[in-house]
Amino acid sequence: MAELTDLGVREIRDGVRDGSFSAVSVADAFVTRVAAGKALNAFIVETPDHAVAAAREADRARAAGETLKPLAGVPIGMKDLFCTKGVQTTAASHILEGFVPEYESTVSQKLWDAGAGMLGKLNLDQFAMGSSNETSYFGNVISPWRRSDGGNAALAPGGSSGGSSSAIAARLCPAATGTDTGGSIRQPAAFTGIAGIKPTYGRCSRWGTIAFASSLDQAGPMARDVTDCAIMLEAMAGFDARDATSLQHDVPAWERGLNANLAGKRVGIPREYRVDGMPEEIEALWHRGIEWMKDAGAEIVDVSLPHTKYALPAYYIIAPAEASSNLARYDGVRYGLRDLPDGANLQAMYAATRAAGFGDEVKRRIMIGTYVLSAGFYDAYFTQASKVRTLIARDFEQAWESCDLLLTPTAPSAAFALGEKSADPLAMYLNDVFTVPSSLAGLPAMSVPGGLDRAGLPLGLQVIGKPLDEQGVLNAGLAIEQRAGFIARAEQWW
Amino acid sequence: MSVDTATVKKVASLARIAISDDGAERMVPELNNILGWIEQLGEVDTSSAEPMTAVIPNHLRLRDDVVTDGGVRDSVLANAPANEHGFFGVPKVIE
Repeated sequence: MAELTDLGVREIRDGVRDGSFSAVSVADAFVTRVAAGKALNAFIVETPDHAVAAAREADRARAAGETLKPLAGVPIGMKDLFCTKGVQTTAASHILEGFVPEYESTVSQKLWDAGAGMLGKLNLDQFAMGSSNETSYFGNVISPWRRSDGGNAALAPGGSSGGSSSAIAARLCPAATGTDTGGSIRQPAAFTGIAGIKPTYGRCSRWGTIAFASSLDQAGPMARDVTDCAIMLEAMAGFDARDATSLQHDVPAWERGLNANLAGKRVGIPREYRVDGMPEEIEALWHRGIEWMKDAGAEIVDVSLPHTKYALPAYYIIAPAEASSNLARYDGVRYGLRDLPDGANLQAMYAATRAAGFGDEVKRRIMIGTYVLSAGFYDAYFTQASKVRTLIARDFEQAWESCDLLLTPTAPSAAFALGEKSADPLAMYLNDVFTVPSSLAGLPAMSVPGGLDRAGLPLGLQVIGKPLDEQGVLNAGLAIEQRAGFIARAEQWW
Repeated sequence: MSVDTATVKKVASLARIAISDDGAERMVPELNNILGWIEQLGEVDTSSAEPMTAVIPNHLRLRDDVVTDGGVRDSVLANAPANEHGFFGVPKVIE
C-alpha cells in the first residue's frame, strides 16, 4: 500500500470507514510528516493532539458500530485566519501574536463537527494581503517545488493561502482551508499543482474568520483533487445567521453530483484574458484546456468581458478601503499587541501599537484605503470603483446569456522565486489579473492543475461559474483533471 | 492625483499609524505608483451604473429582538493587554 500521507481526503475517509487502516495511524503519519517539514515553514502552530483526538474518536465510533461522520479520520490544515478556540490565531501578523480566541469560527467548527482533526494553523500572507506569502510576520512559506534547471531557488507557494498550498503539495496534510479575497485560494493552488475552489460569495460563513475585505472574503477548500475539494466544501458551507451576508440555501451534495460529462454545456473563452506578455506556455495550456472541454462534450463559445482590465485597479481601491475600516479594530485595547511608549496618551498608544504591529504591506493597504475614503477623494476613487464593480458583474451576467462556464488560465505565470517581485508591490498585484474579476462579482471559481511548464513547474486552469453553480464548476474541473492526468509531485528536498 | 510627504503623514495620522519623516518620504513614491495606476479607472464611463452594494442579490434579514448572547465578560477580557476590575485598561484620557 502507498504511504498513508500520499492518500487524499476521499481515500482516507473510505479507508477508515472500511477498516483498511485506523484513523489514528493516519493522524500519526501526518503528524510525523508535519514535524519533518519545518523547512517549508507552512505551519505557524502545530496541533498534533487535536488531530490525534479526532482520529481516536473516529476509531472509537467505528469500533462501536456507529455511522461515521463525513470527514471522520481526516486530518486537515487550518489557515491561520480562522479563529480556533484555545489555539493561537494570528493572521500571520505581529499585532495578533499570542491571541488565543475564546470562540471557534463557523467554518472550522463545521469541519470539526464533520469529524475532521486539525494538524495545525497554516502560515499565510499577513492579513491575507499578498500573492507570495512573503508578508507573513512568521517568515516566508517555501514551495516544495523547484525548477528543473538544477538551481535550487526557493519558490513562492503563492498567496495568500501559501501555507495551505505548500503543505498540501508537500503531503503534510491531505486538505486545508483557504480564504480567497482576490485569488488567494486559486493562485496558490495553481502555483503548487493542487486544486482549490472559491465558492459563491456567501456560501461559507465569514463568522470568526479574520476580516480583510468583507465584501470579497470567502472561505473555500484546497486539496489535491476536485473530488476532495467537493467533500471539504460540503462540510464547510451552509447558512449561518451570525453572518449578515450568509446565503440561505441548502448545501448541495456536490460530491455525489460530480459528473465529468459536459454534454450540453457551453464554455466561454473570454477574449480579454489574452494579456500582453503572457508566457506562450500559459497560452498553450489554455488551448489544451479548450480541447479537453470539447472532448468532454462541451461547446466552446467566444465571449467578451469588456471591463476586465479595470478589475484590478477597482479591486485595489475596494479591498484596501474595506481593509482600512476592518483593521481599525487593532488598537491595542481589546486584544493583541499593545505598544505604550513612556508617557504616551491613548491616541499615541494607538499609533505606536499599529506602527509596531502591522507589516509594511498591511500598512500600505491601510494607507491607500484611508486615502481613497478620505474627504474629497471618496467619489473619485471609491464610488467610481464601486460603479466599475457593477459593470464587471454586468459583463459576467451578459456572458451567461451565451455560456454556462468560463475557462481561463489561473495566473499569468508559473511560481516565481521568493524576492523576485517583493520589491515592486504593483508587479505583485498584477499576478491576480485573472482571479480578481470573478471575486469582484462574487462568482464561484476553481483552479485545477493543467500541466507543467518547461521549468517543471505546475500551471493551473481556472473555471468560473454562475452564482451558486459550484456543481458546474466542479464538474468542469473534474473533466480537466481526468484529461490532464496531472501526477507530477515535488521531489522531496526538505 | 498624487501625494506628497505632508499628505502621507496626514493619511498615516488618520489611520492611526505612527510614521517617521523618513518612513513618510519612502512611502511617497510607493503610494504614487499605486495611485497612478488606479487612476485609469477615471476613463471608464460609469454613467449607466450604480455603485455595487451587494455582491449577490440578498435581502437583509431581521431577527427577533431578543438577547442571544452575553454573560461572557471574562472571555471578552481574556485577550486584553490590560484589564482591571472587569474593564479594559487604557492610558488616562481625562486631564
